[in-house]
Amino acid sequence: MIWLTWRQFRGSAAMMAAVLAVLAVVLAVTGPGLASAYSAGIADCSTNNTCDRFYNLFFSQYNLPFMALTFVVLILPALAGLFWGAPLITRELEAGTHLLVWNQSITRGRWLAVKLGLTGLISVVAAGLGGLMVTWWSAPLDESASEGMALMAPLVFSARGIAPMGYAAFAFVLGVTVGILVRRTLPAMAVTLAVFAAIQLALPAMVRPHLMAPVTATFELGPANVDSLNIPREGGSAPQLFLREAVPGKLGSWVLASELLDPSGRVVPGGTGGTGAVINVSSTSGPCSPKSGAGAEDGCMGEVNRLGYRQQVTYQPLERFWLFQWIETGIYALLTIGLTWLSFRWIRRRVS
Amino acid sequence: MTSSVLEAQKLGRKYGRRWALRDCTIEIPSGHVVGLVGPNGAGKTTLLKLASGQLEATEGAVTVLGDRPAATPARLARIGFVAQDTPVYSGLSIADHLRLGARLNPRWDAAMAQERIARLGLAPDQRAGKLSGGQRAQVALTLGLAKRPELLILDEPVAALDPLARREFMQGLMEATVEHEFSVVLSSHLVSDLERVCDFLVVLVDSRVQVAGETDKLLATHYRLTGPRRDTDRLPADQQVISASHTDRQSTFVVRTDSPIHDPAWTVTQLNLEDLVLAYMDKHTADRRAALEVQR
Repeated sequence: MIWLTWRQFRGSAAMMAAVLAVLAVVLAVTGPGLASAYSAGIADCSTNNTCDRFYNLFFSQYNLPFMALTFVVLILPALAGLFWGAPLITRELEAGTHLLVWNQSITRGRWLAVKLGLTGLISVVAAGLGGLMVTWWSAPLDESASEGMALMAPLVFSARGIAPMGYAAFAFVLGVTVGILVRRTLPAMAVTLAVFAAIQLALPAMVRPHLMAPVTATFELGPANVDSLNIPREGGSAPQLFLREAVPGKLGSWVLASELLDPSGRVVPGGTGGTGAVINVSSTSGPCSPKSGAGAEDGCMGEVNRLGYRQQVTYQPLERFWLFQWIETGIYALLTIGLTWLSFRWIRRRVS
Repeated sequence: MTSSVLEAQKLGRKYGRRWALRDCTIEIPSGHVVGLVGPNGAGKTTLLKLASGQLEATEGAVTVLGDRPAATPARLARIGFVAQDTPVYSGLSIADHLRLGARLNPRWDAAMAQERIARLGLAPDQRAGKLSGGQRAQVALTLGLAKRPELLILDEPVAALDPLARREFMQGLMEATVEHEFSVVLSSHLVSDLERVCDFLVVLVDSRVQVAGETDKLLATHYRLTGPRRDTDRLPADQQVISASHTDRQSTFVVRTDSPIHDPAWTVTQLNLEDLVLAYMDKHTADRRAALEVQR
């Protein structure tokens, strides 16, 4: 049965191996260069304290390959589910060959076990290799990424480490199970894609933030967490402050909420998105008046801090990266086991 | 061997809310090539799938080769099944199919399989998807035969084939049954396919067995009587009327009887297998119509 499964699958497996090999070569060739450019840049900027600028420059330089590779790792599991999982059973049902193979001296359960095991294993290995290779290659970029592309942020987190293996196992078995239920290849592929995409969106939005209680902390305002502080040119109206979704000194964190607290510790509305937070400070005289001239923002920021305004940020720190990776992989592993159980049940009961 | 290869009691199978087979009681003795005939939708495929263990019965029980069919490797090895439209893996070569059979069956007869493929003039490295319908059916039959089952079940194996391919397929099957001892159950909705091959006939209409028996005996005990008009109940008691049709002056009966017919009023003709089967299918529809009229 292993022979038959391999004989049926070897074409797709070879294609996937070729794609991964090309990816590996490209990453192996460019990876060391990227890493040394990064460490040289860091050594350079540390001397004159311009590392923030270097990060931005470095990251924007490699933005395109970074996004492309992240995308590849994100869709690899979906591809395994769509093109390996869904057709695994439906192709046999559509061609009637299940009746041929089920009438050899082999039980349906064993047939499914070998098909599921072997093809599923290859899916997991392929997604795992892809994920780990990209994780290795993009390490310098992950360190210099802006807060939206932080390592813990949903998009990047899902394309790094071991989580892609969990996604691939789940997507594959989901495809198989849907195939057993739907019995036709194209509808099974469509349903698999819809369900997998829904779960992939729902989990980071609803489950992942609560895997562990997020950290809440308050920080003084500064360039690390303030996007801009607008001082109206015509005096009279109050200055407005825009916050960044970032945690000062904690690069790579996933910011769940970033708010401005006023001196009495209450949340000031606005501050993120399109609207600024109104700062209750005199804008007719003192450091926050338009007359202050050049360097007004820094002076005004000092004044705002002195008054007691603070950033309160709720976030998942980068130190939890591997813990979260294991937890998430475990969740998907459990889902995979559940679906596997269903597929074995249904292959005996529902299909004939 | 006098035991039965296939025995079903009140066997039924439901798909959703529709019964594909219901209340089917049947017994097929071993050592025969059995033809299972019936119109489309009679439940032939369902019965055969239940017998081969591919389906589970909703009600009743079926015994095959003295055992309940179950999905264990040892049981599967004893029963061969060639499905309708003789499916094969279009991406695999003929040699791959034989290797598949060898790896998945404990009693695989590799020599026989190779010899059969060679005799059919098929190249082992040819892809199964490129074969003609007749060749594909032959490959599927080879897989079924080389498994060396005690009972080989074929579900409408020749339905999609042209007449020449049909004859070749049936010939191949015949030769194999002579060479190796095993029972065959073969379904078809065409009697002509079965006429030269089967020595036992079962007519199944609407899940019910209308008649079952050795072909020779059936042919020897059924007659068509043509003569002046006469009512059905005026025939001798030992003549079971299968079908009757009347014109103003003339009556035609198909009767089953073990004793010879001496009544000089009748012109007696022998039936061929096709007429016999048709008579039983007619009988079923006539019976049902009568039952409906009684209900009204």
